Amino acid sequence: MNEPGGPRPVYEAGTEWLRGDGDAADVVMSSRARLARNLAGFPFVSRATREQRQRVLDLCRSRLLAGGFGGPGAQVMWVDLAESPTIERTLLVERHLMSQQHSRGKQSSGSGGAEEPRGLAVALPDERLSVMVNEEDHLRLQCIRSGLALEAVWAEIDALDDSLEQGLEYAYSPRWGYLTGCPTNVGSGARFSVMLHLPALRMIGNIEKVKRAAADMSLAVRGFYGEGSDAAGDFYQISNQTTLGKPEQVLLDNLQREILPKVIEYERMARKTLIDKRRLQLEDQVCRAVGLLGAARLLTTEESMQLLSQLRLGVVTGIISDVEPKVVNQLMLLAQPAHLQRVIGREMDQEHRRAARAELIRSRLSRDGNGRVPKG
Amino acid sequence: MKCDQCEQEATVHEVTIKSGKKVEKHLCEACAKKQGIAVQAGMPIQELLNKYVLAQAGTTPAKAAACPSCSLAYTEFRQHGLLGCPDCYKAFEGLLGPLLERAHEGATHHVGKSPRRAGRGGEAGAESITGGPKERAERLSILQKQLDQAVRAEQYEKAAKLRDEIRREAESAPPPAAKARRRKEPEA
Ligand SMILES: [Zn+2]
Ligand SMILES: [Zn+2]
Repeated sequence: MNEPGGPRPVYEAGTEWLRGDGDAADVVMSSRARLARNLAGFPFVSRATREQRQRVLDLCRSRLLAGGFGGPGAQVMWVDLAESPTIERTLLVERHLMSQQHSRGKQSSGSGGAEEPRGLAVALPDERLSVMVNEEDHLRLQCIRSGLALEAVWAEIDALDDSLEQGLEYAYSPRWGYLTGCPTNVGSGARFSVMLHLPALRMIGNIEKVKRAAADMSLAVRGFYGEGSDAAGDFYQISNQTTLGKPEQVLLDNLQREILPKVIEYERMARKTLIDKRRLQLEDQVCRAVGLLGAARLLTTEESMQLLSQLRLGVVTGIISDVEPKVVNQLMLLAQPAHLQRVIGREMDQEHRRAARAELIRSRLSRDGNGRVPKG
Repeated sequence: MKCDQCEQEATVHEVTIKSGKKVEKHLCEACAKKQGIAVQAGMPIQELLNKYVLAQAGTTPAKAAACPSCSLAYTEFRQHGLLGCPDCYKAFEGLLGPLLERAHEGATHHVGKSPRRAGRGGEAGAESITGGPKERAERLSILQKQLDQAVRAEQYEKAAKLRDEIRREAESAPPPAAKARRRKEPEA
């Protein structure tokens, strides 16, 4: 983005996790794996001087660009965040390619700021693989895919990790494993997570059950934008909390085989209960949401997310048949402030955004809008 | 399930081992907060530090006040929850050990992936990274315990993964031609 001629993401297409397909895609939006790594011979990011951070950034950038990643045909986009305007950075956060913290350049200790040397590498066109440089750790590798695909994201990120290591020396200890800035990530440095859509469980009032089951297995439940965000639109992210003392495959297995099948089953049962016993209430709720989306003149991000969540419930239960899951996913992204401004093509204040958001969603979902499957 | 303290539904469950005895607590959020138990899953390191390390302060020896490599003081770590450099793990090992055990469900040792350099440059190179025979034996025993547990719980897929891991760990042992067998493909 700082190089006008370089590869750029296509904001409305291509992104793997937006496709809305894959295993258990009626409940699981996306699966993600993340690895935290640090270079040997340097202080961790929060303790490094600006010169040291710059040196780490240079080393990692050249390794990332020289090795390339993302498979045949993929292009690596490098974003120098210290040079990027706020809206560009926000866009990347909204696309789940990096954290808020990385966008701000601030450490959790409060040091740092927008000018800190840090970057992001993304494999285009599908943005499945990305690497944050100088966030809380020197390297944070991420792989994200549509649907339930933890084995696949692990295989990919494991391979990327191997290839990066051919040119970088990691900080590692026989006892503690991969060393990280925060000791909660030490060991494998691996975090596996899934984004779940649980509207029926919420309607039936059983979300607490899920949270409890997750907590019992030391898994964390978070909202659409990770730590600290609430579950806007009934989206919940579940991830492992411990990283030390279990092989990566076992961390993955705990999530994939012990908790997820139960949660997916609960949600599907809840949907079935709604359809069998409370069909009219369900239809009413979905159709009201569709009505509002098609008629509202002002929409906040939060309200859009809630309404789109209802629409998605309508789509996966078959109440709404002419909208594809993919379209709902895209609208959820386009409803976010930076994406909205990008699509409209200009910066707007909050008031204008609410109007533009309502208009965009309304037109996409109108009878001849490109969000509807043509009848035939 | 009802809260131990009142009539509310219990949503916070804590199991602790106190002098070999399992103590279970089932509380509603309000009562849990009163008792100073973190409500969210996975306690942030900050709270762990405050609750655990500070509680231990009386018994903690006052050594290792700062990391020799990056000069981070242990008190600074306590403030922000972030370590300064890889050597901090060594410098504060005695203090971090119990803390990490708490944060990672009793884990004392990393098992799983290790740098591929481990397979490179022969025995000496590998040992300097993944540790000697003692470290390996420790890892094998941890994995074996997890395997036994998985088998007992009839989690066969997990057991299979653990067997693979044990095989990889055993194969990484030094003897004669310790070439890059730790990882699948050869070095480019
Ligand atoms: Zn209570
Ligand atoms: Zn240090």
